Amino acid sequence: MNGSAYLELFKLAVPETIVALAVLAVLVADLWALRGLELKFRRTIGAMISCAGCVGAIAWMAVSPQQGNIAEGMLVVGPLTQLVKAALLVLTVFTILISVDTDFTTHSGEYFALVLLATLGMMFLVSSEDILMIFISLELTSLSLYILTAFAKRRARSAEAALKYFLFGGMAAAFTLFGLSLLYGISGSTNLAQIAISIKGPKLDPLLAVAMVMTLVGFGFKVAAVPFHLWAPDAYQGAPAPSAALIASGSKVAGFFVLAKVVMVGFKGAEGSAAWHACVPGWMPVLALLAVASMVLGNLAAIVQTSIRRLLAYSAVAHGGYMLLGVLGHGGQSLAALLYYVITYALTTLGAFGVVSVVQEQSGDDKLSDFAGLSRRAPLVSLCMMIFMLSLAGIPPLAGFFGKFYVFAAALNTDPGGLGLLWLVILALGMSAVSLYYYLQVLKQIYVTETPAGAAAARIPVLSQVVLVLLALAVVALGCAPDLLISKLLSAVQLAAGSAPK
Amino acid sequence: MLAWTIYISLIGVGVLMALPQGSARQVRVVALLAAMAGFVIAMAGALKLEPGKVNTITQVRWIPSLGIEYHLAADGISLTLVLLTGIAAVAGILFSWNIKHRAKEFFAFYLALIAGVYGVFLSFDAFLLFVFYELAIIPKYFLIAIWGSTRKEYGAMKLALYSFVGSAMVLVGLIAAYVVAGTNTMSLLELAKYPFPLGFQMWAFPLVFVGFGILAGLWPFHTWAPTGHVAAPTAASMLLAGVVMKLGAYGCLRVAMTLFPHGLDEWGFKVLGFGSWRDVLSLLAVVGIVYGAMVALVQRDFKFVIGYSSVSHMGFVLLGLLTLNAIGLSGAVLQMFSHGIIAGLLFAVVGRMVYDRTHTRDLGILEGMNLSKVMPFAAVTFTIAGMASMGLPGFSGFVAELQVLIGAWQAFPTLAVVAGFGILVSIAFTLRVISKAFFGEQEADAVTAVPNGQGHGELEPISIPERVGAVILMGCALLIGLYPRLLLDLISPSFNSALFDWLPKGGMP
Repeated sequence: MNGSAYLELFKLAVPETIVALAVLAVLVADLWALRGLELKFRRTIGAMISCAGCVGAIAWMAVSPQQGNIAEGMLVVGPLTQLVKAALLVLTVFTILISVDTDFTTHSGEYFALVLLATLGMMFLVSSEDILMIFISLELTSLSLYILTAFAKRRARSAEAALKYFLFGGMAAAFTLFGLSLLYGISGSTNLAQIAISIKGPKLDPLLAVAMVMTLVGFGFKVAAVPFHLWAPDAYQGAPAPSAALIASGSKVAGFFVLAKVVMVGFKGAEGSAAWHACVPGWMPVLALLAVASMVLGNLAAIVQTSIRRLLAYSAVAHGGYMLLGVLGHGGQSLAALLYYVITYALTTLGAFGVVSVVQEQSGDDKLSDFAGLSRRAPLVSLCMMIFMLSLAGIPPLAGFFGKFYVFAAALNTDPGGLGLLWLVILALGMSAVSLYYYLQVLKQIYVTETPAGAAAARIPVLSQVVLVLLALAVVALGCAPDLLISKLLSAVQLAAGSAPK
Repeated sequence: MLAWTIYISLIGVGVLMALPQGSARQVRVVALLAAMAGFVIAMAGALKLEPGKVNTITQVRWIPSLGIEYHLAADGISLTLVLLTGIAAVAGILFSWNIKHRAKEFFAFYLALIAGVYGVFLSFDAFLLFVFYELAIIPKYFLIAIWGSTRKEYGAMKLALYSFVGSAMVLVGLIAAYVVAGTNTMSLLELAKYPFPLGFQMWAFPLVFVGFGILAGLWPFHTWAPTGHVAAPTAASMLLAGVVMKLGAYGCLRVAMTLFPHGLDEWGFKVLGFGSWRDVLSLLAVVGIVYGAMVALVQRDFKFVIGYSSVSHMGFVLLGLLTLNAIGLSGAVLQMFSHGIIAGLLFAVVGRMVYDRTHTRDLGILEGMNLSKVMPFAAVTFTIAGMASMGLPGFSGFVAELQVLIGAWQAFPTLAVVAGFGILVSIAFTLRVISKAFFGEQEADAVTAVPNGQGHGELEPISIPERVGAVILMGCALLIGLYPRLLLDLISPSFNSALFDWLPKGGMP
């Protein structure tokens, strides 16, 4: 690499650099200036610095959009990656804002630094097309998230959740690394497009099949697809609410984007087919299997949960199943649909965790019964929760409905004549009918059940209310006018497809 | 302008939410004003628009990337049902004048439901129609679960899940149609022109028809209806039976039958004597007619009688649709209107006039109370409604069911005879319930107490809003019964529009 290449690299990596600087700033500020001050004040300052970093990165990308490809796909920047990164940063800002009013740690500086580091990992994950770089970013994200899960040191559940998450995660990382090394062995390259060229062949090489399955196991863990979902309910329940929100939102967006990228670019030509009665080996049948298992198990297990966080975890597993349909569509339109779905899903679930966090601060627990009569105690927050739950259930005109519609239409569109994936779409819609039951159970507690005697009116911090209302408005707006996001996604995806090396 | 029926209801929701807590009076007035404005607009639309063609009201690009449009329009069928919605909405509010518990939320959910219903009847884009269709599910759940009675949470959940399963089936069909046509449009008018492959129509038609049919009380998927109706508060059961079940029937006609008309063709082989989906579905409709009536005959719960009678009467709507001839189809639409009015009236008497006062719906207990002496107005209203319901000439039910039967006679004579038998049973259960509930044999003074310890002498008198509501509904049933052309002039020309080109002209298919 010569000097001008370094300059180019720096130019492309400015947003990541800004976030990294914010990490340092928040650590230094907490260490030197804020120690000994009141905790609430420290949290506010830390949150402000972190948000400034994220907003700065978004602003930079908005002001000077870049396009480039450094060192054979190590760092790929274009409209699509910048859009996804902006979405990730917005999600991080909301996560940070939710954290300000929660009280689970005295180490606020380290907490915000880790949130930003996790985001940084996700940003690199999004903008790399090199398996080595992808693995390193994956680890950066995961390690930060493990620590964030364990951050409520005073609660045993948090530690337990983190240990489970860490053990499963370590195992999955080993699988991924093994799969990726096999891929390198087969193709002699770490670049996804190069790998795709060298694995192309009329028949599926058994070694390649092993490599693909191993890699998919690792990513399946990241997106919590059954049967690699076992960590999710515990992590969602045990982690501090904002950490759980980040795992459920930002990490999901990045995870699905990189999964889509790996299979669509890296395994191009080894799709196989998941059509009913016409199954051909490749990555599609594997993902179809994961999707079916996730949709069925996620939805059925969510029915019996009494803890809202576990319910949200199983619902996340189920939604992961729907999103896999977007990956299975493997086309430009399908990618746009997947991104729309996962981004709106992330906003919704972030909001849901925000409400859970607020209620938990009041009542100390996240049982369904803790929400009884909430609509009489906190009407505004209840209305937000109604919007989030109905969006997750896929009721129009909210974002969740349009996401489902678009993902399913795009999945069918891969093969319009034969409707090969129709069986998956039917299953998905049937299962989403099941899901309405448990989302309504939550709303029933909030709206129908009488307030337990002695429950006082809930005092909700103003900032939390503002954040929740903003998220609810975003869910409604993106549902009523999906074109705001869709048109951007579609044009970005088309540009990315046009500039990809053939 | 008709689009304002939707907007005015939504504005009503907004105003209600902004009102201060605990002002039940203002809340009622606002809700009534919104509903009446909706009715007036519907009326004006019905007078102004030309029923024979599709009158576009609003058409703007909504989601250009997917070719989805915000397209509101109306033909005579829509106009008829929009009118029905307007009348039912006003009457429902008059009959919930006594709601005190969380009144603000009650009327907000109520108006949201109304907005969704108007939206379905006016949508000419399949995506938009589906949006409004699902929009109506959630308010129903809350209306029943919060303000309902007997097993309300069970009834509400059952209804919500049945509706949602039905709409999931519809959505599968719509997405598949969108993809197969590949024309990047969801417009009903455009999709109706697209020649879908026969094999595709053969599975998409029953899927979408049954999906909508679930909400129309298609046997054997009707079980949500009696439990839902019984659990619902008066206004909600009036709307459920009055307009929500029509959403299903309307969807069958507007979406399933116009998009996939060849799904009704012969299969080319016979299974158990069935040669097409039309045979299967019309048999289900007739089974619904007879079964609903038979079950209604043996109920002890007053409201269950009306609930099952709805299943029976909705069977006529579905049967009329499947006759595929002009007279049967217009009879079906007329029956939608007629049953909407009559069922609303019946539920109003049972839920508001009788149950809210006596706190029992057990026919055995009511028999001993001799309500015709205590509440003569209720008794007269119910008798008139019952006569209309069993299809006595002079009432709307007669014209509608007669047309359906004539249509059915041309299409499938055997089933028409069986359906006629269903009418006989419905006369039997109506007479039984009238005599048991209101004309018990005991003397008025022989009964001193009702289950909660109140003497019947303390029953509050029938209030003015109730009388007004009852008179409006009775007037409509009589008006249409005596002069059905008022509506038939709206309905019949609609079947001449391009949407119904597949309809074989001249009666016989």
